[in-house]
Amino acid sequence: MPAAEFAVELAGITKRFPGVVANKDIDLKVRRGEVHALCGENGAGKSTLMKILYGMQQPDEGTISVDGSVVRFRSPSDAIKAGIGMVHQHFMLADNLTVAENILLGAEGMHGIAGGARARIAELAETVGLDVDPGVLVERLGVADRQRVEIIKVLYRGARTVILDEPTAVLVPQEVDELFETLRGMRAEGFTFLFISHKLDEVRAIADAITVIRRGMSVGTADPATVTSRQLAEMMVGSELPSPETRESTVTDRQVLVVEGLELAGEGGGRALLAGVDLVVRAGEVLGIAGVEGNGQTELVETIMGMRRASAGTITLDGTDLTKRTTLERREAGIGYVPEDRTRHGLLATQSLWTNRILGYQSRSPVSKGGLLGLIDRAATRRDTQRIVDEFDVRTPGIEVAAAALSGGNQQKLVVGRELSGEPVLLIASHPTRGVDVGAQAGIWEELRKARARGLAVLLVSADLDELIGLSDTIKVMLRGRLVADADPSTVTPEELGAAMTGADAAPAPAGAGE
Amino acid sequence: MTRVRTVLLPPALAIVFAALLCAIALVISGDSPFTALAAMITQVGQGTTAIDIVNNSAIYYISALAVAIGFQMKLFNIGIEGQFRLAACVAAIVGGTLVLPPVVHTIVILLVAAAVGAAWAGIAALLKAYRGVSEVISTIMLNFLATGLIAFLIRDEVFGDQQGNNISTTPIPPSGQFPGIPFGSSGTLFGMVFVAALLGLGYWFLLNRTRFGFELKASGESPTAATAGGVNARRMIIIALLLSGAVAGLVGLPELLGRDLAYTLTSPQGYGFTGIAVALLGRNHPLGIALGALLWAFLDKSALALDAVGVPREIVLIMQGSVVLSVVVAYEIVRRYELAAEQRRVAAELRAAAEKVAA
Repeated sequence: MPAAEFAVELAGITKRFPGVVANKDIDLKVRRGEVHALCGENGAGKSTLMKILYGMQQPDEGTISVDGSVVRFRSPSDAIKAGIGMVHQHFMLADNLTVAENILLGAEGMHGIAGGARARIAELAETVGLDVDPGVLVERLGVADRQRVEIIKVLYRGARTVILDEPTAVLVPQEVDELFETLRGMRAEGFTFLFISHKLDEVRAIADAITVIRRGMSVGTADPATVTSRQLAEMMVGSELPSPETRESTVTDRQVLVVEGLELAGEGGGRALLAGVDLVVRAGEVLGIAGVEGNGQTELVETIMGMRRASAGTITLDGTDLTKRTTLERREAGIGYVPEDRTRHGLLATQSLWTNRILGYQSRSPVSKGGLLGLIDRAATRRDTQRIVDEFDVRTPGIEVAAAALSGGNQQKLVVGRELSGEPVLLIASHPTRGVDVGAQAGIWEELRKARARGLAVLLVSADLDELIGLSDTIKVMLRGRLVADADPSTVTPEELGAAMTGADAAPAPAGAGE
Repeated sequence: MTRVRTVLLPPALAIVFAALLCAIALVISGDSPFTALAAMITQVGQGTTAIDIVNNSAIYYISALAVAIGFQMKLFNIGIEGQFRLAACVAAIVGGTLVLPPVVHTIVILLVAAAVGAAWAGIAALLKAYRGVSEVISTIMLNFLATGLIAFLIRDEVFGDQQGNNISTTPIPPSGQFPGIPFGSSGTLFGMVFVAALLGLGYWFLLNRTRFGFELKASGESPTAATAGGVNARRMIIIALLLSGAVAGLVGLPELLGRDLAYTLTSPQGYGFTGIAVALLGRNHPLGIALGALLWAFLDKSALALDAVGVPREIVLIMQGSVVLSVVVAYEIVRRYELAAEQRRVAAELRAAAEKVAA
């Protein structure tokens, strides 16, 4: 084993995408046999950095060293050869194959496919604490066991350094504890882990060292033994960040959105995605939905928008029952929708800005002239697009450029501007400032505040707890498809909210879980 | 300037590239590329060639429009072939049976053809929308079914007439024909050429000026964004394929109503597949498709002229194949380059603006 101090060392990594710098001069040093946490907000550049380390993308500048020698990864297979493996947040397993087959798939050359392989798999299953028969189909395994299979997959391929991308996002608290036990055991055997997370309590519980990145830059390292979650949060968010605080309450007693008993069945008869969701959003009120990703927030929003069919329950907007209406009819009834993924759900990337103005408004003034043919009023659409560009400070040379040419923040401002057009009565905003720069973030918050003051009802879903606490008048916590708790944004702290989100309601934060 | 570069440069380059490839093939096989080129160009002025080219390109144009409607939302209607042949056959039977005054008779035949084409495509549409069956598979299958159905329909004891060793439907009386424009010894221009032009205009209008066109393009560009924007994906699949089938139904009519007057065993085939190539060549743009259709018809005709000067006619196939491939490649390269260039330009303009503010 070479004597280099660092298992992995990234120096001066810079990666540019058109319009944004995803990583700027990032340094990261991971000692052998440690669990090194990489913290940062969504969109801070964690994933890009890990994709670079795993060979999925090539850095524009900077070097990667493994065990002290500089390497160049042209593909993940180069990284695997150098002993680096990655466990993705979304598992990449074939459900209809057995555990052993999933592990062997693509690695048949390592130990053959017979006795040698079986012995090695048994050995690794021991290491990661996987207690199932390797002959069982993966579709029968729970989430935690699937994760173990993923870890075995990378170990089987010879990884000594394992990147874990948000490994706890899909786990319940007890499973998180078990995972941490496993990681500690493996660390003692000399494995190195890069642990990506934005859950600060977990990071402090498991990590030996912490590197924080913000807006694509490394802002420093921290010692988990001494740092507090508050300090870490400040490092992640930065002091220059504008505060999302809203001022005096504008909540009225007019109920705009009333959702009652909403249910959404799971695909293929699985666990229900939404169960008994009741909520009310009043005019002038921002209702925040907090929750660990994957607990039904996306499904809630898409069901209210009519993109998914509710299996039970009613959705009422301003007294009109929308339950059976189409997405377009719901939009026409006055719902604006800022989707969580603007490139997938909010924009037509290759189309011009003014063509994008049509999306969701194709049946209404000023876009449509109406009539049997549904003529598009191109002049009025262009004019209104220019208005959005001016009012919402979308930085663009014109409205004829393709949406893809704008930076993420400006794309988002265009989407927010569009969805606030046509005097909506309800705005559904999913992660409205995810992956946008600080300036755009402040602008979007300001627009949401202004709209709220005009009497707009807002349903806000966000993973950014500061944003949620700052903007909301009421917060509801979502866990496994249910609204499980209410929180008062004027008193709740991100830590308390985080605990409620994981279902560890009354229990203290799991900071000392390791001792 | 950029517009000219993105729209016109790729096809021009592709044609030059394809021509070079053919020249090389000719030289290797021991023929002179210049003799071939001269023969191809001079043929246009001879006999009925010019009119034939326009007539054929009208057929290709309608077929390519039908393909392009599907392409707009990334639906690959390979079934134009079956839709147009079945539609032509049924239209010939109906047209030969009915007794109606002129104009009305013709219009009824046109409508029947469009309805049959739409109905045949509608099977694939319903399978796709409600059962998720790939339209590629189902339309290929429907092509075979159409062949069988046509063979049945024109049997002697069903709707056909045995004439020598050919079987034909009852000829359409003059009242149902679509009058052409005679050019004496140069041939007769099909009246359907103008219908094709109108279809192109309608296609352009629908696509660029109406809500339906926007929804079609949005569904093709990003089905997820279209859904979030209130576009009903299932409805769009059905309407787009019905429309594509209706246009496809008209593909066989220029010849049926302008020349053949009956559907026979030897009625033309293959226009549906030519339409796919022409739509690719024209990048789904109504004018581009028109140019592509003319080029294709010109190359088809060149085969005869090349035979006459002793050059292998297969060179035309090489040209047609290579021009489609090079156009597709050239547009993709230019598209990527242009998007990157636009992003750089936007970034540069914004940086300049920011510096001006700061100064």
